[in-house]
Amino acid sequence: MNLAGEGLECTRDDRVLFTGLDFSVDSGGALLVEGRNGTGKTTLLRMICGIRRPDAGELRYDGECIFSLGSDYHTHMAYVGHMDGIKRELTAEENLRVADALGRPGRMSIAAALERVRLAGFEDVQANKFSAGQRRRLALARLLVSKAELWVLDEPFTSLDRHGVKLVEELMAEHIAEGGMLAVTSHHDVDLGAADVLRLDLSA
Amino acid sequence: MSWGRAFVALARRDLTIAFRRRSEMANPLLFFVMVVTLFPLGVGPEPKLLANMAPGVVWVAALLAALLSLDGIFRPDFEDGTLEQLVLSAHPVPLLVLAKVCAHWLITGLPLLLVAPLLALFLGLPEGAMGALMASLLLGTPVLSLVGAIGVALTVGLRKGGMILSLLVLPLYVPVLIFGASAVDAASMSLPIAAQMYILGAFLALAASLTPVATAAALKISLS
Amino acid sequence: MWRWVHKYGSPPVFYRISGRLLPWLWGLFAILLGWGLYGALISSPPDYQQGESVRIVYIHVPAAWNSMFIYVAMAVSGLIALVWRIKVAEIVLIASAPIGAMFTFLALVTGSLWGKPMWGAWWVWDARLTSELILLFLYLGVIALHGAIEDRRTAARAVSILALVGVVNIPIIHFSVEWWNTLHQPATITKFEKPSMHIDMLVPLLVMALAFKLFYVNTLLMRARGELLERERDVKWVKELAS
Repeated sequence: MNLAGEGLECTRDDRVLFTGLDFSVDSGGALLVEGRNGTGKTTLLRMICGIRRPDAGELRYDGECIFSLGSDYHTHMAYVGHMDGIKRELTAEENLRVADALGRPGRMSIAAALERVRLAGFEDVQANKFSAGQRRRLALARLLVSKAELWVLDEPFTSLDRHGVKLVEELMAEHIAEGGMLAVTSHHDVDLGAADVLRLDLSA
Repeated sequence: MSWGRAFVALARRDLTIAFRRRSEMANPLLFFVMVVTLFPLGVGPEPKLLANMAPGVVWVAALLAALLSLDGIFRPDFEDGTLEQLVLSAHPVPLLVLAKVCAHWLITGLPLLLVAPLLALFLGLPEGAMGALMASLLLGTPVLSLVGAIGVALTVGLRKGGMILSLLVLPLYVPVLIFGASAVDAASMSLPIAAQMYILGAFLALAASLTPVATAAALKISLS
Repeated sequence: MWRWVHKYGSPPVFYRISGRLLPWLWGLFAILLGWGLYGALISSPPDYQQGESVRIVYIHVPAAWNSMFIYVAMAVSGLIALVWRIKVAEIVLIASAPIGAMFTFLALVTGSLWGKPMWGAWWVWDARLTSELILLFLYLGVIALHGAIEDRRTAARAVSILALVGVVNIPIIHFSVEWWNTLHQPATITKFEKPSMHIDMLVPLLVMALAFKLFYVNTLLMRARGELLERERDVKWVKELAS
């Protein structure tokens, strides 16, 4: 598996954020996007997700342009962005069941995923009773339920305490070790262990 | 195909959420009733005048109530990030849009149908027209939801989206209004309504097949 | 062919060529307008029933035709902008909307002026006027949506969808309004009877229609050029022009 970008350009409000961007990530690799606020980190991730089209250049998954792949591409990736993407009126389990139906399930059962993010026992609790950190962990549980090879994470450490941060790092490392791919932005210094990390600094 | 599973799961999700916030379901209904009540207060209670106006008034009120409730299709999802997840789903987005619009109609459109006879009573609509009223609303209100969804998708990311939404959507509602009101009007004069019904049915078929694609495209643009 | 499109669709080339064409196009417009107005006001006969007031048809009808034509042009450039992401198409789309709205408004006003001596009312719910009114709302919707979205490229794409949805709906709306009109006005004919088109009237009408189309093209090119300069102000070719 391979995710590659070639000659990527992004313009926002008539300003060019970045241009001529190239990268290539294989299985077991991670793309770490760094840069000050406003340099286009989130925008680049959204391009990788296929939500936003680059103003120039191409993004390819296994050699094929992701826009021609359409929703097939989305079977290979999972995204956790700034917002949690969970419904407050639903319980933890209901949220994951919907994520299951919308994505490509099969990696972990819902119960196992909840346990892994230390939310076991909260299956029937409505998400509006969770703390911000718990909601973030529930959002991350979505990743565990899906069989996506590529995880796209925008600031995954927000709202998390020290233990939560460690949990996320563990999850990321496990995913890489299993042959998955990561595209991450973070303000924090991310410890991805032995992974093959490609650092992309957009401020440069 | 797991499309069916995704469709049902999403529709069920929205229905569950609506049920857990069921006090909110009454709002468009109350609005519907109140708007119709305003007309006699505005034009006087003369029965013949009201009965004449009834088809148009009920339809306009239904249209406005539908407009009012449109925002709820996508805005809450936009605000908590689930809309992004929808667009990033492994399944085709138009299918998921259709699921959401179906759920939305069940929550906001179908209740209008149930209240309509009461309003027909307020305005003195003849008994013979009641069936036409229900039938036209049954065919027309889903079209309002389907077409309105495009407008919501285009404005969901905007701060003052609600105001522009009306401007975008109302011109598109005109054909449904014309044929819906005409059906009820014709029925109240014991004239045949087959033509209007066929046309409303055609609108529904057209809207159900084309609008989800436009809505999906609009969602991707609003989220980019 | 794609190279041709990308070459002429490129901003600096578009700017240069439109700049060279414009003086000629304005000259042509002046000639056509003069010819059309002469035909409209002087050489064509007054109508048997409507008298001199029929002359307003030479403005009303071309304006109405233009209002439709421009919307279709908007939808087509919207489609091009959406599918091939050509910047000039985006700009043509945006620049056309206010011009189209203006022609629609003109059609409405001239329709109203025509109606006053005929029916004694400033406004009648005639099928064509009602359709034009709804068309005006469609235009205003496009303008409003574009103004509300901050990022220009996103705004152009959103408006493309709206224009395409609108263009599909226009025949449906037109048909519905026609039907509605015949339903509610069976006996009295409030439909503006187009006077039977004698060649003496047809020629000035077509000339005026052509003149109006040219007006659209010219003002479109001027607005598009301005918009292009503003959008690409940081790009090399604009800076070279300025220096």
